[in-house]
Amino acid sequence: MKQTLLSLSNLTKQFDGKKVLDSLDLDIFDGEFITLLGPSGCGKTTLLRMMAGFEHPDDGTIALGDQDLTHTPPEHRPLNTVFQNYALFPHMSVFDNVAYGLKMEKRPKQEIRERVEDALAMVQLEDFARRKPHQLSGGQQQRVAIARAVVKRPKVLLLDEPLSALDYKLRRTMQVELKRLQRELGITFVFVTHDQEEALSMSDRVVVLKDGLIQQLGTPREVYERPANLFTARFVGETNFFPGRVDKANGDDTITVDVFGLKRTFRKPDFPVSGGQSLHVLLRPEDIRVLAPDDEDGVAGKIVERNYKGSTLDSVIHLEDGTEVLASEFFDEDDPTFDYRLGEPVKVSWVDGWEWLLPTEPEALPEEEGTDA
Amino acid sequence: MNRWLPRTYLTLVYLLLYVPIVVLVVFSFNDSRTGYEWGGLSLRWYEALLNNRAMVQAMWNSLWLALSAATVSTLIGALTALALHRYRFRGKKVLNGMLFVVMMSPEIVLAISLLALFLLVGLQLGYVSLLLAHVTFCLPFVVITVMARLSGFDERLPEAARDLGANDFTMTRTVLIPVIMPALLAGWLLGFTLSLDDVVVSTFVSGPSYEILPLRIYSMVRVGLKPEVNALGTLLLVFSLVMLILSQWILLRSKR
Repeated sequence: MKQTLLSLSNLTKQFDGKKVLDSLDLDIFDGEFITLLGPSGCGKTTLLRMMAGFEHPDDGTIALGDQDLTHTPPEHRPLNTVFQNYALFPHMSVFDNVAYGLKMEKRPKQEIRERVEDALAMVQLEDFARRKPHQLSGGQQQRVAIARAVVKRPKVLLLDEPLSALDYKLRRTMQVELKRLQRELGITFVFVTHDQEEALSMSDRVVVLKDGLIQQLGTPREVYERPANLFTARFVGETNFFPGRVDKANGDDTITVDVFGLKRTFRKPDFPVSGGQSLHVLLRPEDIRVLAPDDEDGVAGKIVERNYKGSTLDSVIHLEDGTEVLASEFFDEDDPTFDYRLGEPVKVSWVDGWEWLLPTEPEALPEEEGTDA
Repeated sequence: MNRWLPRTYLTLVYLLLYVPIVVLVVFSFNDSRTGYEWGGLSLRWYEALLNNRAMVQAMWNSLWLALSAATVSTLIGALTALALHRYRFRGKKVLNGMLFVVMMSPEIVLAISLLALFLLVGLQLGYVSLLLAHVTFCLPFVVITVMARLSGFDERLPEAARDLGANDFTMTRTVLIPVIMPALLAGWLLGFTLSLDDVVVSTFVSGPSYEILPLRIYSMVRVGLKPEVNALGTLLLVFSLVMLILSQWILLRSKR
């Protein structure tokens, strides 16, 4: 069973009168890979630094098992951090960097050497032990930083945007490597990122944060396919928001919704609905079907942009009422209608059941005001 | 034509800078009594210099004073720079500004005010008054040198050390000081040089019990230029060259 390892409750923090964390509760399970995802300023880094002990909450507690860590200084916490820009000690060799934490524990020399060598072998840097950090590439420095943190065998490894300084290809390699390490070590990873793709591909669970509040906590799949609110839907991946109006609630757990004049039957959402109510119909670009203009299904529009992405073809379609629709289709060479030209009229549709419904929100941005009831 | 202009200019600049020094070195080996005719190669002025016991004593005094003033001001200066860098406190801006006031104010003003202060508290003019005065004018240079290094210091380094189990003291010893070491050395050397060749402030705050080299040379030159001074100048030049090479070597080593 999943056991709570690190328990954050009611964490509150203000900087200069601005609330960075707002009575936040979060339970982190033993051995999981959990990602704190959010735009800059959402409080994710503050939260991580609080776990490490560099920031102190104004209110609330941090507990590891039954041990209260709230007022424990960083050097006495069984957690270690991989910093954003690695923060390797420039005057020490790779070996001494990795050995630093063990020297602080006053371990015997022999043990230090063995454990450092093991840690360096784990990140494939055993031949670089004598180098200084500035003689290594970014990816290698990154791996030293990881070795330096895991050599202490922490209960939890905190990673503060560790891949943000690497180029795209290296980042992908390191993502795979981090996942492998996490599996091999069985350590709980708390990973901070603003890159939603990274969050989705690496995590067991994702915490979406905004303004110091948890917007959604769930598996990558839940967060992507069933976003809890408009913010999560917008922040994680691309989404089409279609204005819908509830026509009627049917008896069989479905509702009929009017979208662009089409009557579509959807699964009944979790939130209460009543006839005439406005709501958002969310469809990911890959759920959109672009059809020929003479197709009887769908909404009429015309292609305004086509982007060839290699494995997919992304289109922007303007519907007749001005709504912009993003569509992302996989190649199907047998489909003669696939290749539309710019300006060509088309029809846009989707498979019912792939949509996700969200209620309209009172604090919605101006662009949604037109759909508010 | 276009190539020659900058070259000529550069040559002139370097001539202007180095000809006096070369003349001094050459004439320190001159056997002649006067400074403007060549009388053959000789080490007689070096001999005379070493036999001049008052001069040798002044040299040791100056070295000892420069050494102690540089060390004391590096210690105080490094701590001041750390405090200014790490902590936010009331009066921080004032303290920072006061450093510049000391650095920018005319030396003569500093000299007179220090003398007035020493007389007021009844301090015997000598080594102690010289040391206090030299530490005073060296301090801002050390602070600014160390602060410059600290401003490029990665704030995550102390955090990384704490994260790995070091307490504040251990972190300072194993991470902070090694990283700012080049700045400490540079600050120390700067203080050493400033102290070694100071004339104005020293004139005011030194007493008969502790004569230092710049003042000794100054009084020597006033009664007429002796070739001994050339020999002394050459020795000082060699000494500063050695120091310069040493400091560069330390800097290079610390980078590796």
